[in-house]
Amino acid sequence: MALLEVKHLKVHFPVKHGVLSRVREYVKAVDDVSFTIDSGETLGLVGESGCGKTSLARAIVRLTEPTTGSIWFQGEEITHLSRSELRARRRGFQIIFQDPYGSLNPRWTIEDIVGEALDIHHLAPNKSARHERVAELLAAVGLAPGCAQRYPHEFSGGQRQRIGIARALAVEPRLIVCDEPVSALDVSVQAQIINLLQDLQQARSVAYLFIAHDLAVVEHISRRVMVMYLGKIVELAEAKTLLRSPRHPYTQALLSAVPVVELASKRRRILLPGDPPSPIHPPTGCPFHPRCPIAQFPRCRTEIPLLREAGAGHWVACHLAEPDVNVTEQDRGK
Amino acid sequence: MAMPLLEIKDLKLDFRSGEATLRAVDGVSFSLNAGETVCLVGESGCGKTVTALSIARLVPSPPGQYAGGEILLEGRDVLKMSNRELREIRGRVVSYVFQEPGASLNPVLRVGSQIKEALKLHRPHQAADAEIIRLLKLVGIAAPESRLKNYPFEMSGGMQQRVMLAMALASGPKLLVADEPTTALDVTIQAQILELLNDLKQRLGMAILLITHNLGIVGEMADRVAVMYAGQIVELAPSGDLLRQPLHPYTRALISSVPKLGLGARRLTAIPGNVPRPGDFPPGCRFAPRCPIARAECARAVPDLVEVETGRWVRCPYWK
Repeated sequence: MALLEVKHLKVHFPVKHGVLSRVREYVKAVDDVSFTIDSGETLGLVGESGCGKTSLARAIVRLTEPTTGSIWFQGEEITHLSRSELRARRRGFQIIFQDPYGSLNPRWTIEDIVGEALDIHHLAPNKSARHERVAELLAAVGLAPGCAQRYPHEFSGGQRQRIGIARALAVEPRLIVCDEPVSALDVSVQAQIINLLQDLQQARSVAYLFIAHDLAVVEHISRRVMVMYLGKIVELAEAKTLLRSPRHPYTQALLSAVPVVELASKRRRILLPGDPPSPIHPPTGCPFHPRCPIAQFPRCRTEIPLLREAGAGHWVACHLAEPDVNVTEQDRGK
Repeated sequence: MAMPLLEIKDLKLDFRSGEATLRAVDGVSFSLNAGETVCLVGESGCGKTVTALSIARLVPSPPGQYAGGEILLEGRDVLKMSNRELREIRGRVVSYVFQEPGASLNPVLRVGSQIKEALKLHRPHQAADAEIIRLLKLVGIAAPESRLKNYPFEMSGGMQQRVMLAMALASGPKLLVADEPTTALDVTIQAQILELLNDLKQRLGMAILLITHNLGIVGEMADRVAVMYAGQIVELAPSGDLLRQPLHPYTRALISSVPKLGLGARRLTAIPGNVPRPGDFPPGCRFAPRCPIARAECARAVPDLVEVETGRWVRCPYWK
């Protein structure tokens, strides 16, 4: 049984217009997304701004309420649980955030920040047990126990991110949603946090939904990777497969756009024209067709491609996905 | 050999913070030739931004205070220029683009009038719609006539950055200083902007000083690289040489700590500790506390930047 199963999830935000706040349009942030995560695995999620990855992350832990669809955690559907029922289930899944400066309450000590969940779930019978448990958690993330009495502003970005991880670990979750956990950190500190997350996974068999816009980071840490575009999953495959033989033209363009340090691996860059469209007015048919180098009409403009299995464990949402699509400049003719 | 377009010699810049004086730039020297792209690489707090701002003396003073060195732009020392001379070089010789185009553009003025302002200052006879449209086309904005009346909020980040470039180029600079111009942009848009910068460099014969913390961008864009750490340059070399064979322990550690696409899930080599801030520098070599090959001597004195091969400089006596 999968640890997490998401089925046809939609998160649509109403756009209110005018004096009477009438809703006439919706931002379709997440638009029919389905996937699973197994125990102890890392599923990476990449996409550019506006693709819906943060909305998806928040919806899974019900920080934002899903509009329709279902979320199954350890075999139980959680979208219809009441607040108090949900609270009990939240021992199983936690979230860490991108902004190390905004995600910790500046007026609380580290002890209170990390210990809050222990209190809510009655996991520490008395004050000294709580104190001990917090010290254990801080040590697990590489911080000295003395940090517990200090305040967030006394720590660097990387250290604050460690505190956020300690807080998430307090309830011994089976799944941690990591929403861009290293994007705001210095390069030399990113590696520390990435290594820490990998070590914790080894020691505790915790699964991660690892969201980032940096493809190299995602590929490094994930077993499988999903690519999102305008609220939909366009490709899902094992990290190595996605890298070596991406089948969706958007994935191919994304990979070719990443600037490389290793000069030997220079590949021809696919430049996408224009900007991603608005999630309020997504294009008809395939959301990528206006920028796609190989789009064919009328099909790509009228029919939304479904996520189909194109190879073992390799899913692509494209009418034209071929195993060895070799996109050249000439293929752009529409 | 032609005189370099820009020559920074032993630049020292302090900041007053209450009672304390913090040295943010400590003896930085490098040069940049016409038409060349030099990348200034480093993490937050290393001094790369204030070094770049100093080229047009854009660091406000107070709290900034130059404590030594020269910045020779076309042979003339910027640090000794009068306000009138500074106004002449700003735009005409050197222009800037910054990281957050949304923050640099005036939100209440239309894009066309912001570009016109740049033109009026430097080329008043050409401050007309036709020239604005030409500049927008130059930076790759589609249907430029329709964009003149846009407000910045009506444009995406990538497009705003193109408008910033158009404003920077309006004055025909010889040197473009770009401070993390693509950090706030998505990777596919970043690719467009970097391609555009290279294209402009070719067409206009412009030199670029590109500040970044992204080593991939260095690989794609730079002719030469200067790596900064704690206010000093620790390595300076042609970019291919530096990336293939980094010499300074910090450069080496930085390159091994970055995950590289396609190299598989091997463990990253993390650099322990944190980047020291001005005022908190350790004695002697500033990287020593985090350095894998540090020895006792390292804490005694700051090592000199030494030319170990032609064009390759390293600030470490033990790099071998």
